[in-house]
Amino acid sequence: MTSMKEMESRIRELEEQLRAERQKNDQQRPIREKISQMSSEVVDSNPYSRLMALKRMGIVDNYEKIREFTVAVVGVGGVGSVTAEMLTRCGIGKLILFDYDKVELANMNRLFFQPHQAGLSKVQAAAYTLSSINPDVEMETHNYNITTVDNFQHFMDRISQGSLTGGPVDLVLSCVDNFEARMAINTACNELGQTWFESGVSENAVSGHIQLIEPGRTACFGCAPPLVVASNIDEKTLKREGVCAASLPTTMGIVAGFLVQNTLKYLLGFGQVSYYLGYNALQDFFPTMRLRPNPLCEDSHCRRQQEEWANKAPTNPAEADMAAGGDEPVVHEDNEWGISLVDESAPSEEPEGAGDVLGLVQGVKTAYSLPATTSDAKEEAGALAADADVSLEELMAQMKTI
Amino acid sequence: MVDEATKKTLSGIPLCKTKAGPRDKDLWVQRLKEEYQCLIKYVQNNKSADNDWFRLESNKEGTRWFGKCWYVHNLLKYEFDVEFDIPITYPTTAPEIALPELDGKTAKMYRGGKICLTDHFKPLWARNVPKFGIGHAMALGLGPWLAVEIPDMIEKGIVTYKEKDG
Repeated sequence: MTSMKEMESRIRELEEQLRAERQKNDQQRPIREKISQMSSEVVDSNPYSRLMALKRMGIVDNYEKIREFTVAVVGVGGVGSVTAEMLTRCGIGKLILFDYDKVELANMNRLFFQPHQAGLSKVQAAAYTLSSINPDVEMETHNYNITTVDNFQHFMDRISQGSLTGGPVDLVLSCVDNFEARMAINTACNELGQTWFESGVSENAVSGHIQLIEPGRTACFGCAPPLVVASNIDEKTLKREGVCAASLPTTMGIVAGFLVQNTLKYLLGFGQVSYYLGYNALQDFFPTMRLRPNPLCEDSHCRRQQEEWANKAPTNPAEADMAAGGDEPVVHEDNEWGISLVDESAPSEEPEGAGDVLGLVQGVKTAYSLPATTSDAKEEAGALAADADVSLEELMAQMKTI
Repeated sequence: MVDEATKKTLSGIPLCKTKAGPRDKDLWVQRLKEEYQCLIKYVQNNKSADNDWFRLESNKEGTRWFGKCWYVHNLLKYEFDVEFDIPITYPTTAPEIALPELDGKTAKMYRGGKICLTDHFKPLWARNVPKFGIGHAMALGLGPWLAVEIPDMIEKGIVTYKEKDG
Protein backbone atom coordinates (compact mmCIF):
# COMPACT_ATOMS: atom_id res chain seq x y z
CA MET A 1 0.00 0.00 0.00
CA THR A 2 2.90 2.31 0.65
CA SER A 3 3.87 1.93 -2.95
CA MET A 4 0.43 3.27 -3.95
CA LYS A 5 0.97 6.31 -1.76
CA GLU A 6 4.45 6.76 -3.13
CA MET A 7 3.06 6.65 -6.63
CA GLU A 8 0.42 9.24 -5.79
CA SER A 9 2.93 11.64 -4.34
CA ARG A 10 5.21 11.05 -7.28
CA ILE A 11 2.36 11.94 -9.62
CA ARG A 12 1.69 15.13 -7.66
CA GLU A 13 5.36 15.98 -7.89
CA LEU A 14 5.40 15.42 -11.63
CA GLU A 15 2.23 17.46 -12.07
CA GLU A 16 3.91 20.33 -10.28
CA GLN A 17 6.91 20.07 -12.55
CA LEU A 18 4.67 19.96 -15.61
CA ARG A 19 2.86 23.10 -14.45
CA ALA A 20 6.16 24.88 -13.94
CA GLU A 21 7.41 23.85 -17.37
CA ARG A 22 4.17 24.97 -18.98
CA GLN A 23 4.42 28.34 -17.30
CA LYS A 24 7.96 28.72 -18.54
CA ASN A 25 6.76 27.99 -22.07
CA ASP A 26 3.85 30.38 -21.77
CA GLN A 27 6.15 33.13 -20.65
CA GLN A 28 8.28 32.55 -23.69
CA ARG A 29 5.37 32.32 -26.01
CA PRO A 30 3.18 35.37 -26.54
CA ILE A 31 5.54 37.74 -28.21
CA ARG A 32 3.29 40.25 -29.78
CA GLU A 33 -0.31 41.19 -30.22
CA LYS A 34 -1.98 40.90 -33.58
CA ILE A 35 -1.51 43.89 -35.86
CA SER A 36 -4.67 44.99 -37.64
CA GLN A 37 -3.05 46.96 -40.43
CA MET A 38 0.38 46.64 -42.05
CA SER A 39 2.36 49.81 -41.50
CA SER A 40 5.38 50.99 -43.46
CA GLU A 41 6.69 53.00 -40.53
CA VAL A 42 10.35 52.15 -40.00
CA VAL A 43 10.61 51.45 -36.29
CA ASP A 44 12.21 48.52 -34.46
CA SER A 45 8.82 47.28 -33.29
CA ASN A 46 7.21 47.01 -36.74
CA PRO A 47 7.62 43.48 -38.15
CA TYR A 48 6.43 44.61 -41.56
CA SER A 49 8.62 47.67 -42.14
CA ARG A 50 11.18 45.93 -44.37
CA LEU A 51 8.48 44.22 -46.39
CA MET A 52 6.49 47.42 -46.91
CA ALA A 53 9.76 49.06 -48.00
CA LEU A 54 9.40 47.00 -51.19
CA LYS A 55 6.69 49.48 -52.18
CA ARG A 56 8.86 52.53 -51.64
CA MET A 57 11.63 50.88 -53.63
CA GLY A 58 9.23 50.36 -56.48
CA ILE A 59 9.41 46.56 -56.52
CA VAL A 60 5.86 45.81 -55.43
CA ASP A 61 2.86 48.12 -55.86
CA ASN A 62 0.57 46.73 -53.20
CA TYR A 63 2.45 44.71 -50.64
CA GLU A 64 -0.29 44.87 -48.01
CA LYS A 65 -2.55 42.92 -50.38
CA ILE A 66 -0.63 39.82 -49.24
CA ARG A 67 -2.98 39.69 -46.24
CA GLU A 68 -5.92 38.85 -48.51
CA PHE A 69 -4.30 35.72 -49.91
CA THR A 70 -4.70 32.12 -48.83
CA VAL A 71 -2.08 29.53 -49.71
CA ALA A 72 -2.42 25.79 -49.15
CA VAL A 73 0.85 23.99 -48.40
CA VAL A 74 0.58 20.24 -48.99
CA GLY A 75 3.40 18.39 -47.27
CA VAL A 76 5.11 20.10 -44.33
CA GLY A 77 8.49 18.41 -44.56
CA GLY A 78 11.91 19.73 -45.56
CA VAL A 79 10.54 22.01 -48.28
CA GLY A 80 6.99 22.64 -47.02
CA SER A 81 7.90 23.73 -43.50
CA VAL A 82 10.43 26.29 -44.76
CA THR A 83 7.93 27.44 -47.38
CA ALA A 84 5.30 27.94 -44.69
CA GLU A 85 7.75 29.84 -42.50
CA MET A 86 8.72 32.18 -45.34
CA LEU A 87 5.09 32.89 -46.17
CA THR A 88 4.32 33.46 -42.48
CA ARG A 89 7.16 35.94 -42.12
CA CYS A 90 5.95 37.67 -45.30
CA GLY A 91 2.56 38.16 -43.63
CA ILE A 92 0.41 35.93 -45.87
CA GLY A 93 -3.31 36.11 -44.98
CA LYS A 94 -3.97 32.44 -44.38
CA LEU A 95 -2.12 29.14 -44.57
CA ILE A 96 -3.76 25.75 -44.85
CA LEU A 97 -1.32 22.96 -43.98
CA PHE A 98 -1.75 19.31 -44.92
CA ASP A 99 0.50 16.47 -43.71
CA TYR A 100 -0.11 13.09 -42.06
CA ASP A 101 3.38 12.62 -40.70
CA LYS A 102 4.99 13.18 -37.30
CA VAL A 103 8.19 15.06 -36.51
CA GLU A 104 11.10 12.64 -36.03
CA LEU A 105 14.71 13.08 -34.98
CA ALA A 106 15.63 11.79 -38.44
CA ASN A 107 14.22 15.09 -39.79
CA MET A 108 16.79 17.20 -37.93
CA ASN A 109 19.12 17.46 -40.94
CA ARG A 110 16.45 19.72 -42.42
CA LEU A 111 15.42 23.21 -41.34
CA PHE A 112 12.52 24.45 -39.18
CA PHE A 113 11.56 21.62 -36.81
CA GLN A 114 13.35 21.23 -33.48
CA PRO A 115 14.26 18.13 -31.49
CA HIS A 116 11.78 18.88 -28.70
CA GLN A 117 8.94 18.64 -31.26
CA ALA A 118 9.67 14.98 -32.03
CA GLY A 119 6.47 12.97 -31.79
CA LEU A 120 4.12 15.87 -32.54
CA SER A 121 2.24 15.92 -35.82
CA LYS A 122 4.09 18.08 -38.35
CA VAL A 123 1.08 20.33 -38.97
CA GLN A 124 0.48 20.88 -35.26
CA ALA A 125 4.13 21.59 -34.49
CA ALA A 126 4.36 23.91 -37.50
CA ALA A 127 1.19 25.84 -36.67
CA TYR A 128 2.43 26.38 -33.11
CA THR A 129 5.81 27.77 -34.19
CA LEU A 130 4.38 29.80 -37.07
CA SER A 131 1.68 31.53 -35.06
CA SER A 132 4.25 32.55 -32.47
CA ILE A 133 6.38 34.04 -35.27
CA ASN A 134 3.42 35.88 -36.78
CA PRO A 135 0.03 35.74 -35.03
CA ASP A 136 -1.57 37.73 -37.85
CA VAL A 137 -1.53 34.70 -40.16
CA GLU A 138 -4.62 32.53 -39.94
CA MET A 139 -3.69 28.85 -39.66
CA GLU A 140 -5.74 25.85 -40.65
CA THR A 141 -4.23 22.38 -40.28
CA HIS A 142 -5.22 18.93 -41.51
CA ASN A 143 -3.39 15.90 -40.21
CA TYR A 144 -4.27 13.26 -42.78
CA ASN A 145 -3.17 11.49 -45.96
CA ILE A 146 -4.77 13.24 -48.95
CA THR A 147 -4.45 10.24 -51.28
CA THR A 148 -7.00 8.03 -49.52
CA VAL A 149 -10.67 7.91 -50.49
CA ASP A 150 -11.73 9.00 -47.00
CA ASN A 151 -9.77 12.25 -47.08
CA PHE A 152 -9.58 13.26 -50.72
CA GLN A 153 -13.04 14.87 -50.94
CA HIS A 154 -12.35 16.89 -47.80
CA PHE A 155 -9.02 17.95 -49.29
CA MET A 156 -10.80 19.11 -52.47
CA ASP A 157 -13.38 21.00 -50.39
CA ARG A 158 -10.72 22.87 -48.42
CA ILE A 159 -8.95 23.83 -51.68
CA SER A 160 -12.19 25.11 -53.20
CA GLN A 161 -13.64 26.72 -50.06
CA GLY A 162 -10.73 27.41 -47.76
CA SER A 163 -9.84 31.02 -48.58
CA LEU A 164 -10.38 33.91 -46.19
CA THR A 165 -13.62 34.66 -48.03
CA GLY A 166 -14.76 31.03 -48.24
CA GLY A 167 -13.80 30.66 -51.90
CA PRO A 168 -10.98 28.77 -53.60
CA VAL A 169 -7.48 29.27 -52.22
CA ASP A 170 -5.23 31.55 -54.25
CA LEU A 171 -2.50 28.99 -54.75
CA VAL A 172 -1.71 25.40 -53.80
CA LEU A 173 1.94 24.58 -53.14
CA SER A 174 2.90 20.93 -53.46
CA CYS A 175 5.79 20.15 -51.13
CA VAL A 176 5.21 16.41 -50.95
CA ASP A 177 7.89 13.77 -51.37
CA ASN A 178 6.17 11.11 -53.45
CA PHE A 179 4.56 10.53 -56.83
CA GLU A 180 1.23 9.31 -55.41
CA ALA A 181 0.59 12.52 -53.46
CA ARG A 182 1.64 14.69 -56.43
CA MET A 183 -0.80 12.84 -58.66
CA ALA A 184 -3.54 13.30 -56.04
CA ILE A 185 -2.91 17.07 -55.99
CA ASN A 186 -2.86 17.06 -59.79
CA THR A 187 -6.19 15.23 -59.89
CA ALA A 188 -7.78 17.69 -57.47
CA CYS A 189 -6.42 20.79 -59.22
CA ASN A 190 -7.38 19.56 -62.69
CA GLU A 191 -10.93 18.92 -61.49
CA LEU A 192 -11.18 22.28 -59.75
CA GLY A 193 -9.21 24.35 -62.28
CA GLN A 194 -6.93 25.37 -59.40
CA THR A 195 -3.52 26.88 -60.13
CA TRP A 196 -0.69 25.23 -58.20
CA PHE A 197 3.06 24.95 -57.92
CA GLU A 198 4.73 21.59 -57.90
CA SER A 199 8.11 21.38 -56.19
CA GLY A 200 10.56 18.62 -55.54
CA VAL A 201 14.02 17.58 -54.53
CA SER A 202 15.61 14.46 -56.00
CA GLU A 203 16.23 11.41 -53.83
CA ASN A 204 19.97 11.95 -54.12
CA ALA A 205 19.50 15.51 -52.76
CA VAL A 206 21.52 17.23 -55.48
CA SER A 207 18.80 18.51 -57.79
CA GLY A 208 15.36 20.04 -57.50
CA HIS A 209 12.69 21.97 -59.35
CA ILE A 210 9.56 24.06 -59.14
CA GLN A 211 6.82 24.02 -61.76
CA LEU A 212 3.77 26.28 -62.16
CA ILE A 213 0.70 24.36 -63.26
CA GLU A 214 -2.35 26.20 -64.53
CA PRO A 215 -4.81 23.49 -65.59
CA GLY A 216 -5.45 23.60 -69.32
CA ARG A 217 -2.90 26.32 -69.95
CA THR A 218 0.32 24.56 -69.01
CA ALA A 219 1.25 20.90 -68.88
CA CYS A 220 -0.33 19.22 -65.86
CA PHE A 221 1.73 16.87 -63.68
CA GLY A 222 0.22 13.88 -65.48
CA CYS A 223 0.84 15.16 -69.04
CA ALA A 224 4.19 13.34 -69.15
CA PRO A 225 6.29 11.10 -66.93
CA PRO A 226 7.87 13.07 -64.06
CA LEU A 227 10.64 15.45 -65.12
CA VAL A 228 14.10 15.18 -63.68
CA VAL A 229 16.97 17.62 -63.82
CA ALA A 230 19.95 15.73 -65.17
CA SER A 231 22.51 15.48 -62.40
CA ASN A 232 25.24 14.30 -64.79
CA ILE A 233 26.15 11.58 -62.33
CA ASP A 234 27.01 8.28 -63.92
CA GLU A 235 24.16 5.98 -62.90
CA LYS A 236 26.67 3.21 -62.23
CA THR A 237 28.45 5.23 -59.58
CA LEU A 238 25.22 6.24 -57.85
CA LYS A 239 25.00 3.98 -54.83
CA ARG A 240 21.55 3.23 -53.50
CA GLU A 241 22.47 0.25 -51.35
CA GLY A 242 20.72 0.27 -48.04
CA VAL A 243 18.94 3.61 -48.33
CA CYS A 244 15.81 5.04 -49.89
CA ALA A 245 16.58 8.73 -49.96
CA ALA A 246 19.20 11.30 -49.01
CA SER A 247 18.41 14.91 -48.14
CA LEU A 248 20.25 18.18 -47.57
CA PRO A 249 18.94 21.30 -45.81
CA THR A 250 20.67 23.39 -48.49
CA THR A 251 18.89 21.92 -51.52
CA MET A 252 15.57 21.94 -49.70
CA GLY A 253 16.05 25.53 -48.53
CA ILE A 254 16.95 26.64 -52.05
CA VAL A 255 13.91 24.94 -53.58
CA ALA A 256 11.65 26.42 -50.87
CA GLY A 257 13.19 29.83 -51.63
CA PHE A 258 12.47 29.46 -55.34
CA LEU A 259 8.97 28.30 -54.58
CA VAL A 260 8.05 31.19 -52.28
CA GLN A 261 9.80 33.78 -54.45
CA ASN A 262 7.65 32.72 -57.39
CA THR A 263 4.58 32.52 -55.15
CA LEU A 264 5.11 36.15 -54.10
CA LYS A 265 5.63 37.21 -57.73
CA TYR A 266 2.50 35.33 -58.78
CA LEU A 267 0.30 36.70 -55.98
CA LEU A 268 1.55 40.27 -55.87
CA GLY A 269 2.08 40.59 -59.62
CA PHE A 270 5.70 41.65 -59.88
CA GLY A 271 8.60 40.32 -61.95
CA GLN A 272 8.26 37.24 -64.10
CA VAL A 273 6.94 33.97 -62.76
CA SER A 274 8.91 30.88 -63.81
CA TYR A 275 6.86 28.09 -65.35
CA TYR A 276 9.59 25.55 -64.71
CA LEU A 277 12.81 26.23 -62.86
CA GLY A 278 15.27 23.40 -62.36
CA TYR A 279 18.28 23.28 -60.07
CA ASN A 280 21.32 21.09 -60.54
CA ALA A 281 23.36 21.51 -57.36
CA LEU A 282 26.54 19.82 -58.61
CA GLN A 283 27.00 22.26 -61.47
CA ASP A 284 24.87 25.19 -60.24
CA PHE A 285 22.84 24.98 -63.41
CA PHE A 286 19.28 26.39 -63.49
CA PRO A 287 17.28 25.40 -66.58
CA THR A 288 13.98 27.22 -67.17
CA MET A 289 11.22 26.55 -69.66
CA ARG A 290 7.50 26.59 -70.35
CA LEU A 291 5.66 23.33 -70.68
CA ARG A 292 2.82 22.87 -73.11
CA PRO A 293 -0.08 20.63 -72.14
CA ASN A 294 -0.30 17.21 -73.75
CA PRO A 295 -3.49 17.00 -75.86
CA LEU A 296 -3.50 13.24 -75.19
CA CYS A 297 -3.13 13.59 -71.41
CA GLU A 298 -4.59 10.59 -69.58
CA ASP A 299 -6.49 12.88 -67.20
CA SER A 300 -9.85 13.78 -68.76
CA HIS A 301 -10.12 16.88 -66.59
CA CYS A 302 -6.79 18.13 -67.96
CA ARG A 303 -8.14 17.68 -71.50
CA ARG A 304 -11.37 19.46 -70.55
CA GLN A 305 -9.38 22.37 -69.07
CA GLN A 306 -7.26 22.50 -72.25
CA GLU A 307 -10.43 22.88 -74.34
CA GLU A 308 -11.71 25.62 -72.06
CA TRP A 309 -8.43 27.49 -72.37
CA ALA A 310 -8.34 27.06 -76.13
CA ASN A 311 -11.77 28.68 -76.32
CA LYS A 312 -10.78 31.77 -74.43
CA ALA A 313 -7.08 31.93 -75.33
CA PRO A 314 -7.02 34.10 -78.47
CA THR A 315 -8.35 37.15 -76.60
CA ASN A 316 -5.06 37.50 -74.78
CA PRO A 317 -1.79 37.70 -76.72
CA ALA A 318 0.11 35.82 -74.01
CA GLU A 319 -2.39 32.98 -74.23
CA ALA A 320 -2.23 32.93 -78.00
CA ASP A 321 1.49 32.56 -77.64
CA MET A 322 1.15 29.72 -75.17
CA ALA A 323 -1.32 27.99 -77.46
CA ALA A 324 0.99 28.48 -80.40
CA GLY A 325 3.69 26.59 -78.61
CA GLY A 326 5.13 29.06 -76.14
CA ASP A 327 8.17 29.66 -78.30
CA GLU A 328 8.33 33.42 -77.90
CA PRO A 329 12.01 34.22 -77.79
CA VAL A 330 13.08 34.39 -74.17
CA VAL A 331 16.36 36.15 -74.79
CA HIS A 332 18.94 35.92 -72.06
CA GLU A 333 21.90 38.25 -71.81
CA ASP A 334 24.25 35.34 -72.06
CA ASN A 335 23.68 31.67 -72.52
CA GLU A 336 26.87 29.93 -71.56
CA TRP A 337 25.02 26.71 -70.77
CA GLY A 338 23.65 26.59 -74.27
CA ILE A 339 20.08 26.41 -73.02
CA SER A 340 17.56 26.39 -75.82
CA LEU A 341 13.97 25.35 -76.27
CA VAL A 342 13.64 22.17 -78.26
CA ASP A 343 11.55 22.60 -81.36
CA GLU A 344 8.63 20.23 -81.42
CA SER A 345 9.27 19.34 -85.05
CA ALA A 346 12.98 18.77 -84.60
CA PRO A 347 14.10 15.18 -84.21
CA SER A 348 14.24 14.57 -80.49
CA GLU A 349 16.99 12.83 -78.61
CA GLU A 350 14.53 10.90 -76.49
CA PRO A 351 13.44 7.83 -78.39
CA GLU A 352 9.74 8.07 -77.67
CA GLY A 353 7.15 9.29 -75.26
CA ALA A 354 4.94 12.19 -74.38
CA GLY A 355 7.91 14.18 -73.08
CA ASP A 356 8.63 15.36 -76.60
CA VAL A 357 5.26 17.02 -76.89
CA LEU A 358 6.13 19.28 -73.99
CA GLY A 359 9.25 20.81 -75.50
CA LEU A 360 11.80 20.10 -72.80
CA VAL A 361 14.86 22.27 -72.31
CA GLN A 362 18.33 20.78 -72.30
CA GLY A 363 19.32 19.37 -68.93
CA VAL A 364 15.78 18.25 -68.11
CA LYS A 365 14.34 14.92 -69.13
CA THR A 366 11.44 12.66 -68.29
CA ALA A 367 12.20 10.04 -65.63
CA TYR A 368 11.17 7.31 -68.05
CA SER A 369 9.46 6.97 -71.40
CA LEU A 370 6.01 5.62 -72.07
CA PRO A 371 4.95 3.57 -75.07
CA ALA A 372 3.39 5.71 -77.79
CA THR A 373 0.19 3.72 -77.69
CA THR A 374 -1.13 2.11 -74.54
CA SER A 375 -2.18 -1.14 -76.16
CA ASP A 376 0.49 -3.65 -76.89
CA ALA A 377 -1.00 -6.33 -79.11
CA LYS A 378 1.32 -9.07 -77.91
CA GLU A 379 0.72 -8.37 -74.26
CA GLU A 380 -3.03 -7.97 -74.73
CA ALA A 381 -3.01 -11.53 -75.92
CA GLY A 382 -2.07 -12.48 -72.37
CA ALA A 383 -4.98 -13.71 -70.32
CA LEU A 384 -7.25 -10.88 -69.29
CA ALA A 385 -9.26 -11.18 -66.15
CA ALA A 386 -12.31 -13.12 -67.23
CA ASP A 387 -15.66 -11.40 -67.34
CA ALA A 388 -17.32 -14.21 -65.46
CA ASP A 389 -20.75 -13.72 -63.99
CA VAL A 390 -19.55 -13.92 -60.43
CA SER A 391 -20.41 -11.27 -57.89
CA LEU A 392 -17.77 -9.37 -56.00
CA GLU A 393 -18.99 -10.99 -52.77
CA GLU A 394 -18.47 -14.46 -54.22
CA LEU A 395 -14.95 -13.54 -55.31
CA MET A 396 -14.14 -12.10 -51.90
CA ALA A 397 -15.39 -15.29 -50.26
CA GLN A 398 -13.39 -17.43 -52.67
CA MET A 399 -10.25 -15.44 -51.89
CA LYS A 400 -10.75 -16.01 -48.17
CA THR A 401 -11.10 -19.77 -48.46
CA ILE A 402 -8.39 -20.36 -51.03
CA MET B 1 15.28 -5.13 -65.80
CA VAL B 2 13.09 -7.93 -64.48
CA ASP B 3 14.62 -11.35 -63.94
CA GLU B 4 13.37 -14.44 -65.77
CA ALA B 5 11.64 -15.95 -62.74
CA THR B 6 9.67 -12.77 -62.09
CA LYS B 7 8.80 -12.54 -65.78
CA LYS B 8 7.43 -16.05 -65.69
CA THR B 9 5.41 -15.26 -62.56
CA LEU B 10 4.05 -12.11 -64.18
CA SER B 11 2.97 -13.91 -67.32
CA GLY B 12 0.80 -16.17 -65.19
CA ILE B 13 -1.15 -13.31 -63.61
CA PRO B 14 -4.16 -12.22 -65.66
CA LEU B 15 -4.24 -8.56 -66.71
CA CYS B 16 -6.89 -6.07 -65.65
CA LYS B 17 -8.85 -4.16 -68.28
CA THR B 18 -10.93 -1.55 -66.53
CA LYS B 19 -9.19 1.74 -65.86
CA ALA B 20 -11.04 2.78 -62.75
CA GLY B 21 -10.13 3.98 -59.28
CA PRO B 22 -12.03 3.98 -55.99
CA ARG B 23 -13.89 7.19 -56.89
CA ASP B 24 -15.38 5.64 -60.01
CA LYS B 25 -18.40 3.92 -58.40
CA ASP B 26 -19.70 1.14 -60.72
CA LEU B 27 -16.54 0.96 -62.78
CA TRP B 28 -14.56 0.47 -59.58
CA VAL B 29 -16.71 -2.53 -58.71
CA GLN B 30 -15.88 -3.95 -62.13
CA ARG B 31 -12.18 -3.27 -61.56
CA LEU B 32 -12.35 -4.86 -58.10
CA LYS B 33 -13.78 -8.03 -59.58
CA GLU B 34 -10.86 -8.12 -62.00
CA GLU B 35 -8.44 -7.53 -59.14
CA TYR B 36 -9.90 -10.44 -57.17
CA GLN B 37 -9.85 -12.71 -60.20
CA CYS B 38 -6.19 -11.85 -60.83
CA LEU B 39 -5.26 -12.42 -57.20
CA ILE B 40 -7.12 -15.72 -56.97
CA LYS B 41 -5.36 -16.97 -60.10
CA TYR B 42 -2.00 -15.75 -58.83
CA VAL B 43 -2.41 -17.47 -55.46
CA GLN B 44 -3.54 -20.66 -57.20
CA ASN B 45 -0.45 -20.49 -59.44
CA ASN B 46 1.74 -20.03 -56.38
CA LYS B 47 0.15 -22.98 -54.62
CA SER B 48 0.60 -25.30 -57.57
CA ALA B 49 4.22 -24.17 -57.92
CA ASP B 50 4.69 -24.84 -54.19
CA ASN B 51 5.48 -21.19 -53.70
CA ASP B 52 2.46 -19.95 -51.75
CA TRP B 53 3.63 -16.75 -50.11
CA PHE B 54 0.76 -14.38 -49.31
CA ARG B 55 -2.94 -13.94 -48.56
CA LEU B 56 -4.82 -10.69 -49.01
CA GLU B 57 -8.35 -9.50 -48.38
CA SER B 58 -10.01 -6.12 -48.48
CA ASN B 59 -12.76 -4.12 -46.84
CA LYS B 60 -16.01 -4.29 -48.77
CA GLU B 61 -15.25 -1.08 -50.69
CA GLY B 62 -11.93 -2.57 -51.80
CA THR B 63 -10.08 0.55 -50.69
CA ARG B 64 -8.13 -0.97 -47.82
CA TRP B 65 -6.26 -4.26 -48.11
CA PHE B 66 -4.67 -6.39 -45.44
CA GLY B 67 -3.33 -9.88 -44.98
CA LYS B 68 -0.17 -11.85 -44.43
CA CYS B 69 2.93 -12.67 -46.38
CA TRP B 70 5.60 -15.14 -45.46
CA TYR B 71 9.14 -15.95 -46.41
CA VAL B 72 10.95 -19.23 -45.90
CA HIS B 73 14.61 -19.01 -44.92
CA ASN B 74 16.65 -22.04 -43.85
CA LEU B 75 13.45 -24.08 -43.58
CA LEU B 76 11.89 -21.63 -41.14
CA LYS B 77 8.79 -19.65 -42.07
CA TYR B 78 8.77 -15.96 -41.19
CA GLU B 79 5.37 -14.29 -41.35
CA PHE B 80 4.49 -10.60 -41.59
CA ASP B 81 1.31 -8.52 -41.70
CA VAL B 82 0.79 -6.67 -44.98
CA GLU B 83 -1.46 -3.65 -45.49
CA PHE B 84 -2.07 -0.86 -47.95
CA ASP B 85 -4.68 1.64 -49.09
CA ILE B 86 -5.79 2.06 -52.67
CA PRO B 87 -5.01 5.71 -53.46
CA ILE B 88 -7.59 7.77 -55.35
CA THR B 89 -5.05 7.96 -58.20
CA TYR B 90 -5.09 4.16 -58.64
CA PRO B 91 -4.40 2.49 -61.07
CA THR B 92 -2.27 5.33 -62.48
CA THR B 93 -0.15 5.06 -59.36
CA ALA B 94 0.60 1.73 -57.71
CA PRO B 95 -0.49 0.94 -54.15
CA GLU B 96 2.18 1.59 -51.51
CA ILE B 97 2.59 -1.78 -49.84
CA ALA B 98 3.51 -1.65 -46.15
CA LEU B 99 4.81 -4.12 -43.55
CA PRO B 100 4.12 -2.04 -40.42
CA GLU B 101 5.89 -4.36 -37.97
CA LEU B 102 9.20 -3.80 -39.79
CA ASP B 103 8.90 0.00 -39.68
CA GLY B 104 12.11 1.50 -38.41
CA LYS B 105 14.00 -1.79 -38.69
CA THR B 106 15.45 -1.28 -42.15
CA ALA B 107 16.52 1.70 -44.21
CA LYS B 108 14.75 0.21 -47.23
CA MET B 109 11.45 1.57 -46.02
CA TYR B 110 9.59 4.81 -45.95
CA ARG B 111 7.66 5.94 -42.85
CA GLY B 112 4.84 3.69 -41.79
CA GLY B 113 6.66 0.61 -43.05
CA LYS B 114 6.07 1.28 -46.74
CA ILE B 115 8.57 -0.74 -48.72
CA CYS B 116 11.12 1.10 -50.84
CA LEU B 117 10.85 -0.14 -54.41
CA THR B 118 13.58 -0.26 -57.03
CA ASP B 119 13.96 2.37 -59.73
CA HIS B 120 12.52 -0.13 -62.18
CA PHE B 121 9.16 -0.55 -60.52
CA LYS B 122 7.56 2.82 -61.25
CA PRO B 123 8.47 3.01 -64.96
CA LEU B 124 7.29 -0.56 -65.41
CA TRP B 125 4.02 0.16 -63.62
CA ALA B 126 3.49 3.40 -65.60
CA ARG B 127 3.96 1.55 -68.89
CA ASN B 128 1.35 -1.01 -67.92
CA VAL B 129 -1.51 1.18 -66.69
CA PRO B 130 -4.28 -0.01 -66.40
CA LYS B 131 -3.29 -3.64 -67.02
CA PHE B 132 -1.26 -4.16 -63.87
CA GLY B 133 -3.17 -4.69 -60.65
CA ILE B 134 -2.59 -5.60 -57.03
CA GLY B 135 -1.25 -9.05 -57.98
CA HIS B 136 1.40 -7.45 -60.15
CA ALA B 137 2.33 -5.02 -57.38
CA MET B 138 2.82 -8.00 -55.08
CA ALA B 139 4.85 -9.96 -57.63
CA LEU B 140 7.02 -7.06 -58.75
CA GLY B 141 7.19 -5.10 -55.52
CA LEU B 142 6.79 -7.08 -52.34
CA GLY B 143 8.09 -10.44 -53.61
CA PRO B 144 11.54 -9.22 -54.67
CA TRP B 145 11.72 -6.93 -51.63
CA LEU B 146 11.20 -9.84 -49.21
CA ALA B 147 13.74 -11.96 -51.09
CA VAL B 148 16.43 -9.33 -50.63
CA GLU B 149 15.60 -7.75 -47.28
CA ILE B 150 14.37 -10.60 -45.09
CA PRO B 151 17.51 -12.84 -45.29
CA ASP B 152 19.56 -9.71 -44.58
CA MET B 153 17.45 -8.78 -41.55
CA ILE B 154 17.54 -12.36 -40.27
CA GLU B 155 21.32 -12.38 -40.58
CA LYS B 156 21.56 -9.12 -38.64
CA GLY B 157 19.24 -10.48 -35.96
CA ILE B 158 16.64 -7.79 -36.62
CA VAL B 159 14.05 -10.40 -37.56
CA THR B 160 13.87 -13.53 -35.44
CA TYR B 161 11.88 -16.71 -35.85
CA LYS B 162 8.64 -16.90 -33.87
CA GLU B 163 7.00 -20.24 -33.05
CA LYS B 164 3.39 -20.20 -34.11
CA ASP B 165 1.19 -19.97 -31.03
CA GLY B 166 -1.48 -22.63 -30.85
